[in-house]
Amino acid sequence: MLDSVKRKALLRQMILVRAFEEKLEELYQRKAMFGSTHSYRGQEAIAVGVCAALQPTDLVASYHRGTGHLIAKGADLYKLLCECMGKADGYSKGRGGKMHMGDMTFGFLGNTGTVGGTVPTATGAALAAKVRGSKEVVASFFGDGAANQGVVHEAMNLAGLWKLPVVYVCENNQYAMTVSFERSVAIKRLSERGAAYGFEGKTIDGNDVESVFEATEQAAAKGRSGGGATFLECITYRWDGHFGGDPGTAYRSKEEIESWKQKCPIKKLKQKLIQEGNLTEREFEQMSSTVYDELNELAKRAEAAPLPKKEVDLSSVYATSEVADG
Amino acid sequence: MANSSPEAQAPAKEMRVQESLREALRYEMARDGRVFVMGEDVALFGGAYGITRGLLQEFGEGRVLDTPISESALVGLAVGAAINGMRPVVEIQFSDLLPLAMDQLASHAARYHYMTGGRINVPMVVRTKFATRPGGGPSHSSCNHGAFIHFPGLKIIMPTTPADAKGLLLSAIRDPNPVLCFENHYLYGIRGPVPEGDYTVPIGVAAVRRAGKDLTIVTCGGMVLKADAAADALKEKGIDIEIVDLRSLAPLDKETILGSVAKTRRAIVLDEGPMIGGISAEIAAMIQENLFADLKGPVVRIAAQPIPPPHSPPLVDAMIPDVDQVVDAVMRLAEGGKIA
Repeated sequence: MLDSVKRKALLRQMILVRAFEEKLEELYQRKAMFGSTHSYRGQEAIAVGVCAALQPTDLVASYHRGTGHLIAKGADLYKLLCECMGKADGYSKGRGGKMHMGDMTFGFLGNTGTVGGTVPTATGAALAAKVRGSKEVVASFFGDGAANQGVVHEAMNLAGLWKLPVVYVCENNQYAMTVSFERSVAIKRLSERGAAYGFEGKTIDGNDVESVFEATEQAAAKGRSGGGATFLECITYRWDGHFGGDPGTAYRSKEEIESWKQKCPIKKLKQKLIQEGNLTEREFEQMSSTVYDELNELAKRAEAAPLPKKEVDLSSVYATSEVADG
Repeated sequence: MANSSPEAQAPAKEMRVQESLREALRYEMARDGRVFVMGEDVALFGGAYGITRGLLQEFGEGRVLDTPISESALVGLAVGAAINGMRPVVEIQFSDLLPLAMDQLASHAARYHYMTGGRINVPMVVRTKFATRPGGGPSHSSCNHGAFIHFPGLKIIMPTTPADAKGLLLSAIRDPNPVLCFENHYLYGIRGPVPEGDYTVPIGVAAVRRAGKDLTIVTCGGMVLKADAAADALKEKGIDIEIVDLRSLAPLDKETILGSVAKTRRAIVLDEGPMIGGISAEIAAMIQENLFADLKGPVVRIAAQPIPPPHSPPLVDAMIPDVDQVVDAVMRLAEGGKIA
């Protein structure tokens, strides 16, 4: 059971993750951000709950809807904003954009735009820990859509076989772009798949940050002590469309979207803390406005930062030294 | 086949390419605890071609891993293990199976370094066997090496001699980038001297296998043997052939290729892979772009016919360049005429 200080920290993190997505949406609408957004609104409890339950030396791998994971694992917000806007100060110097970052200084293995593509990356990082005999656990974030990729099946089979310390965090937000979960698989619970690979599968409320935290803490402890992998299916909902410019209403009813907004992960924790007497409405407003204000300032700085020079740097394609030269 | 590599001067032991590759793996696994091997049948069985034989006994099952048939995940796990500080070496039994792992090779391994602004390195090796040969057929005898030059970030090596097999593989394991190692089926049994100890051959440096003044054949892999046989036949006709063995397809050694052709002023590019859009097309274009005024004739490509690799021997023979084809092409070029 988390104490109220820690739970307030989780609340703040969730607000930050949401504020970041809203900021990106605003930048995208103003054409200050290139490419597309993939809003994480509605799913904040998963990134925040999982990362809070990990040790600083643990690792995560993410995917295209990955800003929440980056923030929760400890990314620098200015560099993150810059990367989304294609700025030279960005994590990837403007080469990767929102979907392609990686930095082991805070345990972020990377995210890519191939759905399911980083599940083997996470699994391989866990294999490295096993071969070396080190103790890190890896959280592998992916969506319900990615669960149906072949490489995900291959990687999970290996994790089961070799008892690798991976927590597979499946964010079941009900839609693979526009195709619903019911129209994608014949089973009711993706967590059933854990059994197919010889490890535990659990379905939890992905909108309850405390449930996510506890389930991850248990799964990570099991992985760290040689007990192998866990499949955590976190039931949640993507409030927005798949990408910026998709209102998300051509394939979902307004009633459905509204009903899920009632299950808002931020509201859920906020109300609980208020009921317990550990938070006031005023405190919440203050917390919220501080987060939004700080982010606005950073975004202003990032927007004013320069784009990369128009040049082809052939020396950037290959690594030239053993230590990554970021 | 002559080896004019200046590196091959250290005390040497005679061995086959197969043994030389194994020697490189053993040497580096003993030297660097981060190196581990995984693949289908590599541990207990010692690999489909015996390259990893004995490694399980020497280094234990923690570092020599038999795997299920999961090419995509093997390459993908290697990417993750490499990012997390290890030096994985994966064996993919046939190059025909590389497309199964294409996303992990092309969009992950190749791109991580660049797309993270240099923050992430992916030091890993994928070894695979190739060659179009009778009986291999459409799914076990592809020469698809040329396809991988389209993915900046990957390095590609193709050792020919036993010495290069060790030297290049050692360099590959130590390289901070993902390296694809194409091992030719017909070269596994070739014997030659292999320098003992810490012997590396730099990636991206071609070798002049045979010095000559009349015409350069730029080639790689198993075709080096055919170029050599053609050069022997042509010597009797008074034509002096220079052979450039690429050894690395990425990065390409432009300096050695262009230096040789600038001298001989005639060039044939010989490749076992498809001619259309292949490595031979790239090299032919590069030569004429840089040396057009010096050339005494067109840069001729001799490469595989654009059909899937067939099963039956005569069909394979018709698809893949042979020695006579090379000799004929040289004779026509040497007479100043164009290929019909």
